Amino acid sequence: MNRIPLIMAGVLATVIASLFGLVLIPDMQFQQMQPKEVMAADGSTAVYPVALDEYNEAPGKEVYRAMGCVYCHSQQVRPEGFGADIERGWGQRRSVPRDYVLQDPPYLGTMRTGPDLANIGVRQPSDDWHYLHLYDPQITSPGSVMPPFKFLYETTVGEKPNPPLGSPVIQLPESYASQATWIVPTQDAMNLVSYLKSLKQLFDVEDVQ
Amino acid sequence: MNQPVPHGDPRTEFDTMDVGVRAKIDRSCREVVLFWYASSVFWLVLGSVLALVASIKLHTPWFMADAEWLTFGRVRPAHLNTMIYGWASMSGMGTLLWLMARLCKIPLPWRETMVLAGFYWNAMVAIGTFQILIGNGTSIEWIEFPWWISIPLGAVFLIVIALTIKMLRERREKHLYVSQWYLFGSTIWFPFLYIGATILIHSPAAIGVAKGTANWWFAHNVLGLWLTPIGLASAYYFIPKVLGRPIHSYYLSIIGFWTLALFYNWAGTHHLIGGPLPAWLVTVGTVGSMMMFVPVITVAVNHHLTMVGNFSKLRVSPTLRFIVFGAMSYTLVSVQGSLTALRSVNETGHFTHYTIAHAHLGVYSFYTMIAFGSMYYVMPRLVEREWISSRLIKVHFWCCGIGIAMYWVGLSIGGWMQGTWMNNPDIPFLDIVGRMIPYLWSRSIAGTLMTIGHFAFAILVWKMLRREGEWLVEPTLFISRKEAAEAAATVQPGASS
Repeated sequence: MNRIPLIMAGVLATVIASLFGLVLIPDMQFQQMQPKEVMAADGSTAVYPVALDEYNEAPGKEVYRAMGCVYCHSQQVRPEGFGADIERGWGQRRSVPRDYVLQDPPYLGTMRTGPDLANIGVRQPSDDWHYLHLYDPQITSPGSVMPPFKFLYETTVGEKPNPPLGSPVIQLPESYASQATWIVPTQDAMNLVSYLKSLKQLFDVEDVQ
Repeated sequence: MNQPVPHGDPRTEFDTMDVGVRAKIDRSCREVVLFWYASSVFWLVLGSVLALVASIKLHTPWFMADAEWLTFGRVRPAHLNTMIYGWASMSGMGTLLWLMARLCKIPLPWRETMVLAGFYWNAMVAIGTFQILIGNGTSIEWIEFPWWISIPLGAVFLIVIALTIKMLRERREKHLYVSQWYLFGSTIWFPFLYIGATILIHSPAAIGVAKGTANWWFAHNVLGLWLTPIGLASAYYFIPKVLGRPIHSYYLSIIGFWTLALFYNWAGTHHLIGGPLPAWLVTVGTVGSMMMFVPVITVAVNHHLTMVGNFSKLRVSPTLRFIVFGAMSYTLVSVQGSLTALRSVNETGHFTHYTIAHAHLGVYSFYTMIAFGSMYYVMPRLVEREWISSRLIKVHFWCCGIGIAMYWVGLSIGGWMQGTWMNNPDIPFLDIVGRMIPYLWSRSIAGTLMTIGHFAFAILVWKMLRREGEWLVEPTLFISRKEAAEAAATVQPGASS
């Protein structure tokens, strides 16, 4: 077999076949899945999934991207009987394709140096917890290997600062900082926390699928 | 010289080739290939430093923690992209051009264009890495460069494809050796994958989880259809070349090529097993991974049967030692990869450092070691000087060889434990983080060893480029001149290095 066009055709055919099989055909399936009305346990209805709001959550996703959170945190709950995601409380149910139809792109992740975040908005609804954890994970999770993101804060020692309207001021615990130390999150930090709090995979699988 | 050569025998192909013709081809490659090689070594050293920073941060999180641009989530992709697009792709391109010229038996055409392309490539990798460090990376694994870098990078390949086709059409050797198949395939596959995946991920052409499958269709195939073909093309060329005997079976090598082309494509979704995918898609990925046993076994058998009876030459030839190390790692990494696609293995190994160990076994132990071996053979022929020190080559080999072995063993065991602990909900997550720290330290130590090896190699390449070695009288081998002379009796004259 010494014919160049024939080799070229074969080489292209194999890769095009897999492009269709792995990406384009599944994509046709996903394109059908738009947000739909689902009934919650209490009988009320809601549309799911919900798009990120464009003021805080969507910019927060950009911070998540820029900081490379995906390299240590996945956003997918494995099914029951495959790993222990549900037992660990990382989700009420496995993740399904519809959870991601509005995510552009989804940060599914392949590594769990840290825990899964698919439902971090359900597990950790507290702003202050997130702010302290991001400032230095050792405050809330001693022994963590997550890097501190102090550069996302204004830090003041001594008197309580007067932050811009809408920014929270949080005092670091005395066990962590001997002098009175205050942190004010930057807009980036606030957006990131809004995004993290938006991460919720709700409703039953059957309802969602 | 137009009669077909049976069994793609590089010995008959080349040793009957006029020495003058060979020298002319080497001279035509000189500036181009040396430029791509030298650039790749620069990225190798930079990528190693970035790797060390990332590795240390994983067990010592306060290390350089105040530098936003060096936060773990940026250093890690900066490391990956400098290594893949800087080191691996540029060294691969150098070898690709040289092999193509040698196998087509024609001087390298479009030399100025290819040097310019090298400058352009360097600039793109530099800008792309900078963009990752300032926070403009995409956080899509292996495609972290912004789209306005990845599309121009892929587009350069239009020139490379045209050049490859031109060389193949004008070749003076009618018979195509298996290395040429692999090289030609890789020049078409890479831009198709890179540009295709960039469009799918940054445009509405795919939505939701389809962007995730596009990610792994690409990322798995960068290794499988870009670096692997170059690595295999090099192994198929240099092992017979250094030994001075033909490859065991021409037909096995062709079967190996087409089965790789058919099956490697489909294996990528095994990175998403247990994820939010339709079940059939995961099954397809698992089947593709299992079918990879076919090309892997054919290549392993072919290389092994070529080597049989000649293992003693590993003591002598740096090229052979690096390349055989790489070729054996190819078998190991591929078998491991196929097994990783099994649900039961994936349940534990996925989401852990086990996968990281596996990735390094592929890109480093297989591809990078073969790239080192190739450069040890090619560079003296381009510069017309020998390597300055066999002791430094030894330092390079043993630091990298022991380093990657330690890396793989440490993280494979650690990662497997990590997965086992994670699947046991009674162990708190933070406990697992703590228990992993010794394994992460072992990675930093292994990485330091490998980096020392890379510096040794960089010194060798620097001295080579400054033409500080001796005239090309006899190759720099691992053993003394006297021993080498005795061993040379068993090595094909003019075929060793």
